[in-house]
Amino acid sequence: MFKISPEPIAPAALQRTLADARAGACVTFEGWVRNRNEGQPVLSLEYEAYAPLAEKEGGRIVAEAREKFGLLSAVCVHRVGHLRLGEMAVWVGVTAEHRGAAFDACRYIIDEAKARVPIWKKEHYASGATAWINCAVRGEHAIP
Amino acid sequence: MITVNVQYFAILREQRGLAQERLATAAGTPEALYSELRARHGFTLPADRIRAAVNDEFVASSASLRDGDRVVFIPPVAGG
Repeated sequence: MFKISPEPIAPAALQRTLADARAGACVTFEGWVRNRNEGQPVLSLEYEAYAPLAEKEGGRIVAEAREKFGLLSAVCVHRVGHLRLGEMAVWVGVTAEHRGAAFDACRYIIDEAKARVPIWKKEHYASGATAWINCAVRGEHAIP
Repeated sequence: MITVNVQYFAILREQRGLAQERLATAAGTPEALYSELRARHGFTLPADRIRAAVNDEFVASSASLRDGDRVVFIPPVAGG
C-alpha cells in the first residue's frame, strides 16, 4: 500500500496495521524535514504530488519489495503540503520473518520512492528564496 | 489538430501560472507538445529532463497523443 497524505502522518496507527503473528521483524523509516540542505538554512518544505500516478508507481514499488524480499507486509505514506521543520514527510514500514529482509526492503522502498514517484519538493530558505529540488538548469544556481 | 488536457505540477505549474488547461495542438507526441509549450511559456527545463504521463500512466516521450488525452509533464522528482 502506498498513499499520498495531505494530513499529518500517524505512525503508531500505521504500524498497528502491520501486526502479524508470523513476523519476527518490523523495520520502519521516517523521513523528517531538516533545517539545512547543502549548507543552506532551510525554514520549511513544500511537497506536491501527482497523486494518481504517485500512488500507482508507489504501489508498484511496494509490490516489488514484497516479491523481492518475501515480505509479510509493506506500507509507505508520503505527505504533501507545506511542512515545518521536524515534521514527518514520509513513513515506510515493513514486516518479514527475519530482520535482514526487513532492513533491505525498507531501504529499497524509500530509495525507489525518492527516484521514481512523481513527488516534488520546494525548499524555503532563511534568505526568503525558494527552490524546487533537482529542477535547476545550467546557468542557474542550484540553490540561492 | 487534437484537443488535450494538460496538467502542470511543481516548477512547471509555477512557470505556466496555472494548474491545468485544455488546448488544441498539432503536436502528435508528448515530446512535440512539450517543445511547443516550452517555447510559448519559457519553461526552463529542457525536454530531456522531463518525463511524460498520459491518462495517469507513464508513456514514452514519442508515444502518440490522441484527442481527449490528459497529459502531464513530470519534472525531475524529489520525494522523501
